[in-house]
Amino acid sequence: MTLDLPLIWAGLIALAVLMYVVMDGFDLGIGILFPFFKGERDRRVMMNSIAPVWDGNETWLILGGGGLFAVFPLAYSILLTAFYAPLIVMLLALIFRGVAFEFRFRDPRHQSFWDLGFAGGSIVATLAQGVVLGAFVQGIEVEGRSYAGGWFGWLTPFSLFTGVALACGYALLGATWLVMRTEGELQARANRWARSLAVGMVTAIAVVSLWTPQLNLSIAMRWFSWPNVAYLAPVPILVAATIWALLRSLSRRHDVRPFLMSLALFVLSFAGLAISVYPYIVLPSVKIRDAAAPPESLSFLLVGAVVLLPIILGYTAYAYWVFRGKVKADDGYH
Amino acid sequence: MMESLDAAILARLQFAFTVSFHIVFPAFTIGLASYLAVLEALWLWRGRETHIVLYRYWLRIFALTFGMGVVSGIVMSYQFGTNWGPFADRTGPVLGPLLGYEVLTAFFLEAGFMGVMLFGQKRVGKGLHFFATSMVAVGTLVSAFWVLAAISWMHTPAGYAIRDSQFFPVDWWAVIFNPSFPYRLAHMVLAAYLTTAFVVGAVGAFHLLRDRSSDAARVMFSMAMWMAAIVAPLQLVMGDLHGLNTLEHQPAKIAAMEGHWDTRSGAPLILFGLPDMQAETTRYELSVPGLGSLILTHDWQGDVRGLKSWPARDRPHAPTVFWSFRVMVAIGVAMILVGLVSLFLRARRRVATTQWFLRCVFAMGPSGFVAVLAGWITTEVGRQPYVVYGLMRTAEARSPVDAPAVAGSLLAFVVVYFLVFGAGIYYILQLMRRAPAPLEQGAERGLPQRAAGITPAPALEKR
Repeated sequence: MTLDLPLIWAGLIALAVLMYVVMDGFDLGIGILFPFFKGERDRRVMMNSIAPVWDGNETWLILGGGGLFAVFPLAYSILLTAFYAPLIVMLLALIFRGVAFEFRFRDPRHQSFWDLGFAGGSIVATLAQGVVLGAFVQGIEVEGRSYAGGWFGWLTPFSLFTGVALACGYALLGATWLVMRTEGELQARANRWARSLAVGMVTAIAVVSLWTPQLNLSIAMRWFSWPNVAYLAPVPILVAATIWALLRSLSRRHDVRPFLMSLALFVLSFAGLAISVYPYIVLPSVKIRDAAAPPESLSFLLVGAVVLLPIILGYTAYAYWVFRGKVKADDGYH
Repeated sequence: MMESLDAAILARLQFAFTVSFHIVFPAFTIGLASYLAVLEALWLWRGRETHIVLYRYWLRIFALTFGMGVVSGIVMSYQFGTNWGPFADRTGPVLGPLLGYEVLTAFFLEAGFMGVMLFGQKRVGKGLHFFATSMVAVGTLVSAFWVLAAISWMHTPAGYAIRDSQFFPVDWWAVIFNPSFPYRLAHMVLAAYLTTAFVVGAVGAFHLLRDRSSDAARVMFSMAMWMAAIVAPLQLVMGDLHGLNTLEHQPAKIAAMEGHWDTRSGAPLILFGLPDMQAETTRYELSVPGLGSLILTHDWQGDVRGLKSWPARDRPHAPTVFWSFRVMVAIGVAMILVGLVSLFLRARRRVATTQWFLRCVFAMGPSGFVAVLAGWITTEVGRQPYVVYGLMRTAEARSPVDAPAVAGSLLAFVVVYFLVFGAGIYYILQLMRRAPAPLEQGAERGLPQRAAGITPAPALEKR
């Protein structure tokens, strides 16, 4: 039996992207919510809850990008050229967001500037990622081995909508993260935010689910032709159940469950996306197999991934374990 | 045609700009991470307070530098695709897995243990904390290993085959341990250690000039001078070996570095001059007869190839390579001198009290960064006009992105980098200006502790 290396790698890249989306998702979400929490004490708690882990979370973005370069160089080349502007904007926004963790504490006189950088960087980076996601689903014009569209090929009503939708989703992850990691007034406010955002997220999922099949006939066929519709029915049913559980856990003031349900919502949405896109890596023309690097490259890196990913997940889990529990801003410092 | 040429130059400028800014941070963090591991090990072993004071002092600076290295590094991993798509497409099967291994073996390790190292001092035991510091230090070195393997392959490609213009790996061992890799890796790691030594030395000197009784300043200065005395001469040997390796594989680069145009035996060593690409000569040259051949071939009468033996379109830009090489060598020589003088003064027990020497070392603080940049300019500009030496021209490697888009993004990078990293460097200098206090504020003094541990945030803690 031979391994289907391109397929395995497509799965691993998808895993890296999913890990990135949920992990950096909640800390970008904290940044998105930042402007709505004005108190210095709240802000410090919010920042401290993610400061030890954001760097590791963002590393999944490098794995997604670097991994794509390694195993699907053709897709890497086409996608990054096609999404030139939003990606550059995202990188610049992530710079502001990343340095704010240190800078806001270093320079009290310009703290409001770096807070603006933190919130603005998080918001802009998220919008850019959402726009890229929407443009990716919509499809990319390819000629030969290169991107053949224009500068603003990524800019459409759909991609703008997915940008806002992703911001809503990340903010939901951030709010439920705060519900899990904080207590008292801050937790109560995070809970209220999470409820509104959950409603927003439901709307966004519904709109995207109805809009996407209009864009692409093969995606519509994938979901609505018989017998697929029966096989795939569990996905929307699970989404509905998760949303119900999320709202219920928020109204019952659970600490941990809302965050887990939000994660589940992301995983399900991501699964839906994967079902829509497969077997393409660049819609509507480049298949996973056609974009793959030769087997020598795929197998060489696979050995490392199989050995190292469990270790990485292990020490990442350990780092989260070290910083478990409720985050507090101690009164002694004020 | 004109427009595509402009876009090509802009794309190269953008890469040069972003990578030059980026390399400054790892050049410092590679050395500083190892230094922190040494300091913490010494503290665990000897239990001397000075070492943990120094550890805390440099940890704050490390956190700032590391953060900037991370965010400027993410830009690099996307730059190949945005501006250099065909390069990514054609070399991806060979270079991609090397960078993939860098992420898997180094970036996650650094990021995963960085949080524990910065915020976990009260959350984990001393031994485990030292383990986290060590993992971060190991991560920086592993990262250097992979990225230098990839860069070296672009200079001396090996272990590959070409099918449909795409590079394919044939022998991974040969790809990774390509001919120039061991030399480049050793040269770069030593450079990072030297850079750090001179920054630490300068900060130590600065505080000794203000307060000669400072124990922490004396210890860091002394440690830095030991590094200078040992590593600077080692770097000379390493640089010579690296140069000989380059002569074997990229003789055109050596010819540009030396300013040699004609192939001859008994070539002079040109100390200074102005290489002129049009006239194919080095003007106003000041040279030592025969010494060039001696250095390059270890024989007074050895044959040395000149730039004229390559067609004009295959030559690197000689003035840039010639001068950046001289800047690097001059700084290297100055570092060796500092190391020797420190040994001489140490033998007389005056190394930390001689005012003119402290001022001199203080002035040398940024020299390592300048040397690192000059060295990289020498080797990368010397590789031109190829991106994969002898096989793929830089002009073929560029994405079909129009000049205004490249210009716009370049402008955005320039503005953001100067603003953000300018501020960051300013904050680092502020931290360096503060003397290492024997009793640091914060967790050590039994103040109530926040759940996220101590942040590297003195301004905050003073409130």
